[in-house]
Amino acid sequence: MSVIVTPTTTPGASNAADPAGGSPTPGAVSAAPAVRSRFTRGPGRWVVLVLVTVTALAVIAPFLLMLLNAFKSPSDYSTNGPLSLPTEFYTEGLTTYWNQVDYPQKLLNSIVISGTVAVAATVISLLNAFALGIGRVKGRVWIVGLFLLANMLPQEALVYPLYFFAKQVGLYNTQLSVIIIFTVIQSAFGTYLLSSVLTTFPRSVLEAARLDGASRWQVLWRVIFPITRPTLSVLVIFFFIWTWNEFFIPLVMLISNSTQTVPVALATLQGDRLMDAPTTNAGALISLIPCVIFFLIFQRTLTRGVMAGAEK
Amino acid sequence: MSTITVTRRPHRERSYWTYFLPGAVLFTAVIAIPLVYNIYLSLTRWSGVGKPRFVGLHQYTRLFSDELFWTSFRNSLAMIVAMVVVPTIIGLVLAAVLFDYLGRRFRGSVVSVLRATFYLPQILPVVVAGIVWGWILRPDGAVNAILEAIGLGSLAQDWLGDPSFALPTVMLVMVWVQIGYPVVIFMAALGRVDPELYEAAELDGAGWWARLRAITIPQIRPETYVVALTCTIAALKVFGPIFALTRGGPENTTNVPSYFAYTTFFKKLDVGYGAAIATVLTLIIVLVAAGFMVFQARAERKDA
Repeated sequence: MSVIVTPTTTPGASNAADPAGGSPTPGAVSAAPAVRSRFTRGPGRWVVLVLVTVTALAVIAPFLLMLLNAFKSPSDYSTNGPLSLPTEFYTEGLTTYWNQVDYPQKLLNSIVISGTVAVAATVISLLNAFALGIGRVKGRVWIVGLFLLANMLPQEALVYPLYFFAKQVGLYNTQLSVIIIFTVIQSAFGTYLLSSVLTTFPRSVLEAARLDGASRWQVLWRVIFPITRPTLSVLVIFFFIWTWNEFFIPLVMLISNSTQTVPVALATLQGDRLMDAPTTNAGALISLIPCVIFFLIFQRTLTRGVMAGAEK
Repeated sequence: MSTITVTRRPHRERSYWTYFLPGAVLFTAVIAIPLVYNIYLSLTRWSGVGKPRFVGLHQYTRLFSDELFWTSFRNSLAMIVAMVVVPTIIGLVLAAVLFDYLGRRFRGSVVSVLRATFYLPQILPVVVAGIVWGWILRPDGAVNAILEAIGLGSLAQDWLGDPSFALPTVMLVMVWVQIGYPVVIFMAALGRVDPELYEAAELDGAGWWARLRAITIPQIRPETYVVALTCTIAALKVFGPIFALTRGGPENTTNVPSYFAYTTFFKKLDVGYGAAIATVLTLIIVLVAAGFMVFQARAERKDA
């Protein structure tokens, strides 16, 4: 069976879920050699390639414009406008933003929050899925349905009580509050996904382990964990990125300089209308760099998505 | 033998529940209780300090006669067009071109790079992208500069500041944000399709368009449902881009339910009213999701 699941925790940042157990890269779909050579000729293919490439360039144009203007001095920008090449390699916009928001601090906050959430949510997902998918505890269909539902909830429906409770217990404006909230929100998706993966886990393997005298914990740790590790590592990567990109709850929960994340810091400063265009672009540029690095490292995983087919 | 299973069973059940315990406790504390409490708050008047005062359904009757409420939900429909309808159609064509045309005429790396480019906006913080777009669309921003450079300066606008242009402009940005998602999902789905189907169709003289209609669209129908459902929910929840681009303005022409709830909670301190907006939004999302699932199940049964 193939499970297609796509979490909806963030408005824009969605995610790829690959239903088939690993799809070949499109280019690898090789027709029979004779057929292939028949269709690879002709100038028409270049026209199509150019059209699609132009579309792709349009998609990255905002980033190119950002790059172009991140290295301009404000006076250069005001005299020559947004389209000219910088007259000098001006890096003060970058350093201004870096110091103004204490960027290393923000980067550390984002890494701590996203990293903790990614690992904790994956652990919780695995434990939940072990009980639901392998243990098949009573009412598991309803429980999984509940987690699926939780996954669709708008954060607005939770935010005020969370904000209020966090204030009551002294967790307001702490990273811990955001870590706990997103551990639960991300693991709602992880539980849903992993439960369906583990439901199809070969019973014979579990039976064999049990006959060898393995305890429940050993089955989880020595059998299920190693086998599902590829899926788990994909979950860790996705949870990290989704949490990194989260905006609404961090905006509400984190109000001081020492706790805010990279995206919240940029949005807050922009909201104060304190930044000129080059500084805005420089700020956006250094806010995006960690994501771009992450994207380049995990490009294949991210674009090919979660492999949920478990019949291998 | 049977006595052994009987005695072992209760123990087994209990020990699986212990694995579920941490998750269940966290879920209750962070999702179930806040959700219920929010529904309770929607029946009260409260500024966030002191005790909430129970007012019954007052906030809901207030909501339905509030012009802003209807505007924000009308804008949700615009967001669905921009985040579901348009990206799904464009994504379908792009995925089919990348997979069934370029994928067979160029090396795989060409297609991989193009696919990654389309996907890039999806993995970046949408707020940061929104801020870049906000600058590009400013009256003195890059769009107007480009228009002037190519002699169309008369078309220059205050794209996000003019009430008649703001919503269409935001919609275009949302298309840009979303486009990579259907492309990636559809391409992954096409990887599952037997290449011989395409080859046979091609040898029979079916052109690209005929193959798109006869093979691609029917084959990836399950993914189309998933994309449509998840994007519709994302469109109903959209917050970050609105916050970064327009803050709901000008004159509320780009206000959406989530931003409306946010300002009501935290700027107007009208917590009961904010909770009512959030509850209605939740209800709509749940209904939309349930509707989709029923529709999909029915369609699958028809196919079978």
